[in-house]
Amino acid sequence: MKVLLSGNEAIARGAYEYGCVFASAYPGTPSTEILENVQHYKEITCQWSPNEKVATEVAIGASFAGARALCAMKHVGVNVAADPLMTLTYIGVKGGFVLVSADDPGMHSSQNEQDNRNYAKFAKIPVLEPSDSQEAKDFVGKAFEISERFDTPVILRMTTRTSHGKGLVEIGDRVEVDVKGFERDFSKYVALPMNARKRRVVVAEREKKLKDFAEETDLNVIEDGKGNVGFITCGISYVHLKEVLPDAPVLKIGMPYPLPIKKIKEFVSRFEKVIVVEELDPFIEEQIKAEGIKVYGKEYFPEIGEFSPEIVRNALVKAGVLKEENKVKAEDKAIPRPPVFCPGCPHLGIFYALKKAKAKIVTGDIGCYTLAAIKPFEMMDTCVCMGASIGNAIGMEKALGSGKGIAAVIGDSTFIHSGLTGLVEAVYNKSTVTIVISDNSITAMTGGQPDARTGWNCEGEPTGKMDFELVARAIGVEHVYVVDPTKMDETYKIVKRELEADHLSLIISQGPCVLYPQKVKREKFYTELENCTACAMCSKIGCQAIYRTMEKTEKGRFKWNIDTTLCTGCGLCIQMCKFDAIRPISRKGE
Amino acid sequence: MNKMESKNILLIGVGGQGIVLASEIMSEFFKRQGYDVKKSEVHGMAQRGGIVSSHVRIGKKVYSPMIEKGKADIMLSFEKMEALRWLYYVKPDGIIVSSNVKMVPPIVSTGAFEYPEDVEDRILKERPDAKILDIVSALKELGNDKVTNVIMIGALSTMFDFEPEKWLEVIKEAVPKKVVDVNIKAFNKGRELMKN
Repeated sequence: MKVLLSGNEAIARGAYEYGCVFASAYPGTPSTEILENVQHYKEITCQWSPNEKVATEVAIGASFAGARALCAMKHVGVNVAADPLMTLTYIGVKGGFVLVSADDPGMHSSQNEQDNRNYAKFAKIPVLEPSDSQEAKDFVGKAFEISERFDTPVILRMTTRTSHGKGLVEIGDRVEVDVKGFERDFSKYVALPMNARKRRVVVAEREKKLKDFAEETDLNVIEDGKGNVGFITCGISYVHLKEVLPDAPVLKIGMPYPLPIKKIKEFVSRFEKVIVVEELDPFIEEQIKAEGIKVYGKEYFPEIGEFSPEIVRNALVKAGVLKEENKVKAEDKAIPRPPVFCPGCPHLGIFYALKKAKAKIVTGDIGCYTLAAIKPFEMMDTCVCMGASIGNAIGMEKALGSGKGIAAVIGDSTFIHSGLTGLVEAVYNKSTVTIVISDNSITAMTGGQPDARTGWNCEGEPTGKMDFELVARAIGVEHVYVVDPTKMDETYKIVKRELEADHLSLIISQGPCVLYPQKVKREKFYTELENCTACAMCSKIGCQAIYRTMEKTEKGRFKWNIDTTLCTGCGLCIQMCKFDAIRPISRKGE
Repeated sequence: MNKMESKNILLIGVGGQGIVLASEIMSEFFKRQGYDVKKSEVHGMAQRGGIVSSHVRIGKKVYSPMIEKGKADIMLSFEKMEALRWLYYVKPDGIIVSSNVKMVPPIVSTGAFEYPEDVEDRILKERPDAKILDIVSALKELGNDKVTNVIMIGALSTMFDFEPEKWLEVIKEAVPKKVVDVNIKAFNKGRELMKN
């Protein structure tokens, strides 16, 4: 039976069909839906981990115990997981181990567009790259097989389009694979230098065997075609190329590392010219060129950004393979529509307080609240990576000589992911900055996955709920305050006082996400337009439910109104209004 | 349109308008009629008021999930300014259908931009054959402001020779039970609006 699946759904299906029994992940676009879908298969134990390093470590443990295990993360998550991965490559596996890296060419929802195929070469392990949903499912099975046959972790590399694009997938039944159990093996599992030196040699031998395997595997296939120019391509680039040039002779690489060099040599010898078509880095191209084989690639194709059919077409025109068509130009005929905070978002209150209290520098972090960097707040001055806000703030303080007016803002999930150690740093190295955890008790940015602060887990079972106040006190933070960001005066007073104080403080700003785990239901507010004086104070809170009307006051200024279909009743605007123009909806018609 | 002919359908709008569900329904529908289907959209920031675009590609064999710029056969825009923004994506002889719904981006409140008042005129000036559907009135009439997506599917259905019942089959399965009736009405409304 064929069903329409996204690449991420197909990976989850692959995990099910190919006997995976354990899966872990930390949410991150474009990888999140993998674990969300694995969750539907009761045969697989799955869990959200606090970060990608832990997710990888638990999956490694499951593999050591003889189970097929998969962990999934976005590309930058692999940086966090790199520590266990770079030694796991020496140790090898017992049950098949697959790490799914979902890269984000074009940075739709990421801070960089690193090409994680490089990790495979770095770790000396195979990487498989599907070009559509069917392959995404099939390659999970291949990855498990390769992992077990060659005693190696395997990276399955997805990109935004292969992860989120949908296509038809032939689905099958699950094949159970027994959990073999853990057997002590000091020389393999304990990476002491004396063992690691021996394993380093094993890695080199394994790499040779994998190179031989690359020559014979059907992951790398030649598709005959027309013309005297051949193409070597992989992943999403393959489908764009086939779309633009359906009859092209292609060597389709399903395993970009290690490459089938003999096969490539033979393929290249057939043509006048061979062009490598690959998104982002010249990863395949450079490996081929290092073997002294003449190919072309980045002369024509960009190294920056996501590919699309027209980018491939334009490059082929440049290469002289296709004739130029009339180019379509995107003209800016409409005004921009940047993403904004949801109406009633609990982040609004805390950023308004930081703005009103005139925080000098606000170091930021990764989450919905990064939106505070743009209009209307413009109250976030840095954003580097998960958890960086705290360290960045401390470094600013040390360089500038004072922590007064410096705040770090981080969300609950990001704090759990990588902020805890920053807080330890702040106490240990006598920082006096103000750290704000904007705590909505969920991982909202990626669609509302539970975290250690939520109170329930991936399966929906109740579980421990991390207490930030207790944690902070245990670390040694003396000044800890919990605020409700919808209480504007109180929040402002605490923020103002702590920004000016000569000590480290932690402000935990607690309020529920308006979307997750369910849409908040609170009494809405409306505007009695007659009372509106057009002071525009309500517009300062950055709520998208508040808009300027075409109705003018006597002085000719435009009045402001609330879109009650959007309002979620946080009540910030009513605290801004001094003229009784904003009222709870129950007072309408009084 | 001939059966199994390749078609590129572009759906455009704003987060929260049900674009992804509409593209899911279409994809499932064409799959059932024997087409190969690929679709693509970027998730992530959409629910926070951003632009949502979904590419649905159908045919005997489809490779890329993305429509090439300037090669969309059909564009369904759920918001009128977004139609204007994405006009260039449609073939010169492509079909353009836009809702007359206006969703003002919150950035307008900052005073930095104005929502253009003459959006519809500008669309028609560039593409005189574009159809602008009175979805504003349709939603009022239907008493449900969440059914733009199924109205648009109704509009799309008039461009293909399949029985309306076949479309409704998929729609009924895809929407929550308690809103099946209003969605059937929305589908028929979409068909009716295309006739005018």
